[in-house]
Amino acid sequence: MKENKKTYWKGLEQLSNDPEFVKHADKEFAELPSSLNEDGSASRRDFLKLMGFSLAAASLAACEAPVRKAIPYVNKPVDINPSIPNYYASTFSSGGDYASIVVKTREGRPIKIDGNELSPINKGKVNAIVEGSVLSLYDKQRLTGPYIAGEKTDWATLDSQVKSKLASAGSVKIVSNTILSPTTNKALQQFSEVFGGAEVIQYDPISNYGISKAAETYYGTAVIPSYSFDKAKTIVSFGADFLGTWISPIEFAGQYAKTRKISKEKPEMSRHYQFESNLSLTGANADYRTPIKASQSGLAVLALYNAIAKKAGAATVSAPAVEIAHLEKAANDLWAAKSAGLVVSGSNDPNVQVVVNAINELLGANGTTVDFNAPVHFRKGDDARMNQFVNELKAGQVGAVIFYNCNPVYDFARGAEIAEGIAKAKVSISTNGTMDETASLVQMVAPDHHFLESWNDFEPKKGHYSLGQPTISPLFDTRQAQDSFLTWSGSTSNFYEFLQLNWESEIFTQVETGTDFQEFWDRSLYNGVFAITPAATEALAPIGDVSAAAASVAKAYSASNTGAELVLYTKVGIGSGAFANVPWLQEMSDPITKATWDNYLTVSQKWASENGVTMIEGETSKASITVNGKSLLVPILVQPGQAEGTFGLAVGYGRTKAGRVANGVGVNAYELADTSKGFVNFDITAGVEVAATGEAYRIARTQTHQTFMGRENVIQEATLAEYKTDASAGRYHPEIYKDGEFVKPSKISLWSGHQYSQHHWGLAIDMNSCIGCSACSVACQVENNVAVVGKQEVLNRREMAWIRIDRYYSSDAPADDLRGMEVASENPEVTFQPMMCQQCNNAPCETVCPVAATTHSSEGLNQMTYNRCIGTRYCANNCPYKVRRFNWFKYHDNKDFAGVNVAQNDDLGKMVLNPDVTVRARGVMEKCSMCVQRIQAGKLAAKREKRKVQDGEINVACAVACPTDALVFGDMNDANSKVSQLLKIKENNTSALKEVNEERAYHVLEEINVSPNVWYFTKIRNKDKNEA
Amino acid sequence: MLSKRSLVGVRWNFHTLAVLFFMLIGIQAFAADPAVDSSDEAVAAGKAVFNANCKTCHKLDQKLVGPALRGVSDRREIPWIKSFIKNSQALIASGDKTANDLYKEYNNTAMPAHEFLSDDDLNNLLSYIEFGDKVDPAAAAAVEGGAEGASAAGGGIPSEYLTVILAVLVVVLLLILVVLGLIISVLTKYLNKQELDEDDKEFVTQKFNLGKVFKSDGFIIIVTALVVAVVAKTAIDGLYSVGVQQGYAPTQPIAYSHKLHAGTLEIECQYCHTGVEIGRSANIPSPNICMNCHTHVQNVQGKEGVSPEIQKIYDAVDNNTPIEWVRVHNLPDLAYFNHSQHVKVGGIECQTCHGPIQEMEVVGQHSALTMGWCIDCHRQTEIATEGNAYYDKLVQIHVDSKDALKVKDIGGLECAKCHY
Repeated sequence: MKENKKTYWKGLEQLSNDPEFVKHADKEFAELPSSLNEDGSASRRDFLKLMGFSLAAASLAACEAPVRKAIPYVNKPVDINPSIPNYYASTFSSGGDYASIVVKTREGRPIKIDGNELSPINKGKVNAIVEGSVLSLYDKQRLTGPYIAGEKTDWATLDSQVKSKLASAGSVKIVSNTILSPTTNKALQQFSEVFGGAEVIQYDPISNYGISKAAETYYGTAVIPSYSFDKAKTIVSFGADFLGTWISPIEFAGQYAKTRKISKEKPEMSRHYQFESNLSLTGANADYRTPIKASQSGLAVLALYNAIAKKAGAATVSAPAVEIAHLEKAANDLWAAKSAGLVVSGSNDPNVQVVVNAINELLGANGTTVDFNAPVHFRKGDDARMNQFVNELKAGQVGAVIFYNCNPVYDFARGAEIAEGIAKAKVSISTNGTMDETASLVQMVAPDHHFLESWNDFEPKKGHYSLGQPTISPLFDTRQAQDSFLTWSGSTSNFYEFLQLNWESEIFTQVETGTDFQEFWDRSLYNGVFAITPAATEALAPIGDVSAAAASVAKAYSASNTGAELVLYTKVGIGSGAFANVPWLQEMSDPITKATWDNYLTVSQKWASENGVTMIEGETSKASITVNGKSLLVPILVQPGQAEGTFGLAVGYGRTKAGRVANGVGVNAYELADTSKGFVNFDITAGVEVAATGEAYRIARTQTHQTFMGRENVIQEATLAEYKTDASAGRYHPEIYKDGEFVKPSKISLWSGHQYSQHHWGLAIDMNSCIGCSACSVACQVENNVAVVGKQEVLNRREMAWIRIDRYYSSDAPADDLRGMEVASENPEVTFQPMMCQQCNNAPCETVCPVAATTHSSEGLNQMTYNRCIGTRYCANNCPYKVRRFNWFKYHDNKDFAGVNVAQNDDLGKMVLNPDVTVRARGVMEKCSMCVQRIQAGKLAAKREKRKVQDGEINVACAVACPTDALVFGDMNDANSKVSQLLKIKENNTSALKEVNEERAYHVLEEINVSPNVWYFTKIRNKDKNEA
Repeated sequence: MLSKRSLVGVRWNFHTLAVLFFMLIGIQAFAADPAVDSSDEAVAAGKAVFNANCKTCHKLDQKLVGPALRGVSDRREIPWIKSFIKNSQALIASGDKTANDLYKEYNNTAMPAHEFLSDDDLNNLLSYIEFGDKVDPAAAAAVEGGAEGASAAGGGIPSEYLTVILAVLVVVLLLILVVLGLIISVLTKYLNKQELDEDDKEFVTQKFNLGKVFKSDGFIIIVTALVVAVVAKTAIDGLYSVGVQQGYAPTQPIAYSHKLHAGTLEIECQYCHTGVEIGRSANIPSPNICMNCHTHVQNVQGKEGVSPEIQKIYDAVDNNTPIEWVRVHNLPDLAYFNHSQHVKVGGIECQTCHGPIQEMEVVGQHSALTMGWCIDCHRQTEIATEGNAYYDKLVQIHVDSKDALKVKDIGGLECAKCHY
């Protein structure tokens, strides 16, 4: 070894050998200025100080606590008992996004949204936006009453004005996002009849118009089909982010996960190909992902069509040649899977979608994995009609325009033109609940109730109905929009009666059983959902021709575009931006980029190095992006997996009138979308210019290192073929040298081990089904009153999330190149790993706490006692998983955080807090408690009923929310519990160290033998060979 | 002479104690009328009757709303007892002196009639009263002595007796001091008359110097230590009582009397506090619960018109304004407490924590509600495991242990049972 000649110094003082420094160099602690007199006796001032203390102590002891009131109801509602939650089935819907939900209310306040297990669509699962939407109910930004010309008014005045003005306005247009409600449609129809055929124009911020347009061309019916990813063996997606944001992601994620769960009994999984420009959540989960340019995407679909057509013996179409990795392989696999193959595309280009339909027809997939006979209604937006409407509005041809709960000024590509055109309409009305970008421009605002205050019904899929019921009395002087429409059209019945009548006449008549309507209504309301089996119809046969579409595609796309391309995308957390004012969603770190509170231009690593852009721990710079004359200044985020020559930018940001949380966060990318082709095109392949400006900027990311640097004690993975030959493939078995032999780490312990006589709570996490969607993270935040800290504090690495999802890229550097290992591949494999307190049996945090504020329970939990914690943070320092969070500030009732942490600062926002969980004070440590409040409540329910706790009745918030059931919680002492079955714990003993026989199960950092109660299952990829 | 006198003193003391001890036994032990059946069956049957009808107001060995009952068959004639139980008001009205005295002694609290009880029931009841749940007097004394020390403020030796004993002891010790002084002076005089050498003389004539003692280091150290200890103890006690509101009995917006409703009228606690068995909060009753009775009851018995206090309920209902009660029991937010866990699952009486609520005109905080108080109870309380399948496994594991299964044994002292 070479001798080290370097000199190290602690500071300039040491280097310069400052005499004062030398004098004190050997003293560990600096001397404090003496407060004692020379002779060591106490001074007069010390005496006074002590006197002061005793006086303070004495007066403290004498003072009385403030008087607190206990105010009962005047007339207690029979169903509401203080401290006991009630649950109501209802429905979430926004811009066509749909979820049947169960709302938990406490003392009449909705505090948590879970999925409705009876729903055949989302099957009890939700995503981050649905979880977070409960806070939008308590948004201070909501309007508290109707407005005319920016002045607050009353409903009677508004109604008379609307009625008189509408009558003389001429043509009336109602603009809306997708309306899923059949009864609302009926109310609008009634309104339309009164006002000379008022037209309802639907558009969607995240448009899927291309699919329904293509269906119209190809099958003769403009619908969006239902997809069954669970029946698919081979899935090929061209830029469709079906796990994160595409059409019905909660449903698709659940279906997809079914095909990804793997066990010895079922060693099969689907194979998933993704061809896309931006690295999406779905692409991150793909077995084979190929970055392609947006300009190539149409040709890629054509190439796949030709490859399949050749195998099927069908006519091929002429298409420019394009070189795309894995495409041939995908074709082979699709052809092998035949009707169990599925091709989807995220493109909004109808021509591309026609070719996709043709491929699925060739495979025979229509009827199995994709079904046009069971259409879904999630996206009914008609881009062409909306485009035309904007023209009419601008030309002053629209007499009256009513914006029914939509915000096109912000979220339609031609928003600026709409803003300009509104003034030209004689009458403009909005029913939006907040004074948003659109509502602030209209003459009259008739604010709608929040969806948690409203009656409604929904038909998300043909024959599937669900009801929305109010879970709280209206907080403000708002009125349900349907009631407004009914009132304006002169009806005297309210919407609730209207809804019941419609169900009685339209839906109840389809029920065969001899029940009466009231019973049917009550049951439907209780269940939240109701389905009728539609009469069997003949399978749709293609009526259109693929060749015309193929020719258009061949013309519109090119194999070698040299210009920059911009691909607009939707973020899992923010979505269309409708809920952007919910800070939980803003602070949820993006599954891929791990960034919070921003949108940014994702650029390829190659472009970054060519343009001298570096990104170190969020320190980046800005770029200006110009699309056909419109220019935006955005921060740059270097994104592994970004297709070369393409740039990604998320919509949903850049709100100006959403409220104090969202205003000014990021830029509005909707206005860059292109509408020149008759549909809203999010793939802009021409006229894009990107230039780095060099202006420094910091993006707040929660994870700054990118790869797991080959540490197989963290991420353990294998391919399917390896798994089939050896179930423990990819497992890392650390061994420690002791007394002449190598032994398992668990064999060496300083600990005597705990005994868990009753319960032993544990969590099994399947990294194969975790798609990284972060629904768990937001669910945890809602359930456990986790504070939002804002961008600056995230930059300071002080985010509070109790459960985070670590996203690791793989690196293609050789194992001995440590520097290179830190850099992700150009197109890396991605692994998601949910990380929360591991509830260690040999917990390192417990031993270092000087005040025993973190201790071990007799049920395997690592308990954190806030009122005992003095904030030394030793525990966090000693935690190998870095899951402990410190309250650096008082985040509640603190005006410095009022703008971000609204759930703990606003009087209104506080209503969302879970009363069973303490809001933590400054200076204390906190961490995942494994939802101990739920465990306690579940145990108490069992005790009250004098029975054992049943498996599944206690569940942690993250596992409840997880759309893929990747997290399974339960009692490891109960041999029949799902978690014991998964881990194959046969013996039902009371020891803390369970014998886990499942080969895939492992502990993260097993070699340090902290013995967690959280187990991870190896990631298995359906690949031929291991590659980066 | 000296030794003799002191011996007398000692014997006298011992004698006093012995007398006291026998008096104590006398208080604890009752004779029963031989006519009362002491068989186990009768006692068991009587217990059921007692629990169903008498328990709210009576205890066997302790005064509750009504007198302690054990020994009643000795104090009164059995037929008199039976007629009193069946209809005490009739007996009082008939002018029976004993009954009237009793009525007055207990603040004119009427005992409800129990005409429905058969003669067998009454006999069994008496069996239970005399022989049921009997506490072994010696053991009881030992327990009380052990727990409370010599002061025995609660029961056992009344505190007046102890004061007497102490006073006597002090007098005796003072006498001994005087006698010793006398002896010294006598001996000194005697020795002064003798021929002594210088050393002895000095020893005999030396004066006891009090000042020297006060100035000695030892004395100062002892006194300082004592003062410091007392001050520290006071300070620590004072600090521990910060935020403890034991005894807090604020004036409520309505002068509602638990003594009247829960004590005299014997309304079950759960009738108004509907949450105790189902949830975390016991619930302050809403006026609509009050109105169940107060639609009819408008004033205290015998008074005309609407009582101003009851009028407040009517006003609340009419104006739809809630009644703002003052919270008496305030747990800090960091502590989670659930009534149903304690009342429904644990079978704890309301009075265990809330004190004799049925005697409170104004409700005050009976217990300290400190963490130490919670923990103490969790250390001592056995779990009501019987018939509750939840505890089966825990009972099975605990079966070899000598001690009963207590809350502390199943994690009842763990932080996250109450703090999360």
